[in-house]
Amino acid sequence: MKPAPFDYVRPGSLADALAALSDDPGAKVLAGGQSLVPLLSMRLAAPSTLVDINGLPGLDGVEVTDDGVRVGALARHADVLAHDEAARVQPLLRLALSHVAHPTIRNRGTTVGSIVHADAAAEMPVVLTLLGGSVEVAGPSGTRTVPADELYVGPLESSLAHDEIATSAFFPALAPGARVAFAEIARRHGDYALVGAAALVEGGTVRVGYVSVNDVPVVVDLTGVPVEQMADAALAQLEPAGDIHATADYRAQLVRVLTERVVREATADE
Amino acid sequence: MSEALLDVRLSVNGVVHDLRLPARRLLSDALRHDLGLTGTHVGCEHGVCGACTVLADGRAVRACLMFAVSAVGLELTTVEGLADGDGTLSNVQQAFVECHGLQCGFCTPGFLTTITAGLRENPHPTHEEARDMIAGNLCRCTGYQNIVKAVERAAELGSHERAEGS
Ligand SMILES: Cc1cc2nc3c(=O)[nH]c(=O)nc-3n(C[C@H](O)[C@H](O)[C@H](O)COP(=O)(O)OP(=O)(O)OC[C@H]3O[C@@H](n4cnc5c(N)ncnc54)[C@H](O)[C@@H]3O)c2cc1C
Ligand code: FES
Ligand code: FES
Repeated sequence: MKPAPFDYVRPGSLADALAALSDDPGAKVLAGGQSLVPLLSMRLAAPSTLVDINGLPGLDGVEVTDDGVRVGALARHADVLAHDEAARVQPLLRLALSHVAHPTIRNRGTTVGSIVHADAAAEMPVVLTLLGGSVEVAGPSGTRTVPADELYVGPLESSLAHDEIATSAFFPALAPGARVAFAEIARRHGDYALVGAAALVEGGTVRVGYVSVNDVPVVVDLTGVPVEQMADAALAQLEPAGDIHATADYRAQLVRVLTERVVREATADE
Repeated sequence: MSEALLDVRLSVNGVVHDLRLPARRLLSDALRHDLGLTGTHVGCEHGVCGACTVLADGRAVRACLMFAVSAVGLELTTVEGLADGDGTLSNVQQAFVECHGLQCGFCTPGFLTTITAGLRENPHPTHEEARDMIAGNLCRCTGYQNIVKAVERAAELGSHERAEGS
């Protein structure tokens, strides 16, 4: 099928883009289009205006400081993945991004777009939540910073208002001595994960984030739990669901396998 | 009926085209219907199969996941632009011929563009990397083995060329 008709604007400034969104309650932001265009072609979405933000200046950067990595709204997954400094300051970025879709999709899809699209089957929302990152948001009345734990309110639903634009996402640096690991099971490398898990071991705490388990990105605190009991402890707080890709039981089994795998990897002797 | 048309300037295989298109025209449809470049194939139209893959500023992208209006300013290369002007096949195309990398050919344009960009980024892929390079493209005929061979053969042709300094 083809998308339903829409008006198209490609503003040259953030102010104009925000104005275009305010002008039409049915307007939607178009970034890399790798999630939105399929939804339009399948007519699961039919916005009256598309506000293409690809012409906005200054949003395609990846800035790295000792504090962390700031990813601009137009930085493509491929740009972030290839960024050596970003990988050094926060290794979980590269570990997870190499599982996000195929290179061809990563060339166009943006990391910030993936974060605000709020798909529980996507890797980067879980990474942002696990690391305690945030999103910088511009709206009609100025800018605000939304912490990851206030970003995800429901399946495919973020707390951004319709007339707001996410301008960047911030991933905190890995603290000295802290460790991360990432693993996922997918039909083919690059497909959406049946289940994915990311571990952060930091100053005696152990936390694990899960991809494709609950209907929102979810992080479980497993501090103090013996490794052999972690999977049970995690499952007690998770709600694996069944769908055409995997049954709920199979997902639970993958949670068991991956929890132990990522925690052992993040705590193994170096 | 009275859908608004926009001026869209597309640069495809080095040729500039000025078109009037509705905003919702997918890049894949603009290439095929409006420009007659039917080498770009459309399989799934939602990003999964890879048949529509073209190069935008040298990077492989899905033409079915872009609107033609958003492709303004990008230098596009389709499968028609891979061979030399005189018809000499590119290394990747030559490798597909030698390795029998296609059967029905429906998926082939997407593989050729994907591998062309992939080998530019990684001219000496390992066997595993060669497999990974094509993991985002579907083929219903070949079983992929000969396509992987073609990736490796194209890399070999590329190294010969570089060794000869051409
Ligand atoms: C075949 C295929 C496989 C894929 N596999 C994976 C995978 O394994 N893992 C994964 O995580 N993803 C996967 N993806 C999705 C991909 O990562 C997308 O790039 C990403 O989800 C969305 O980013 P985008 O820039 O393309 O956003 P778009 O598609 O342009 O937008 C997505 C949504 O976010 C909104 N939006 C985007 N940017 C902003 C912004 N700056 N401010 C406000 N709203 C915004 C849009 O309005 C829209 O609602 C896959 C996609 C395809 C087609
Ligand atoms: S037609 Fe574009 S990916 Fe299938
Ligand atoms: S050769 Fe027929 S689909 Fe690949």
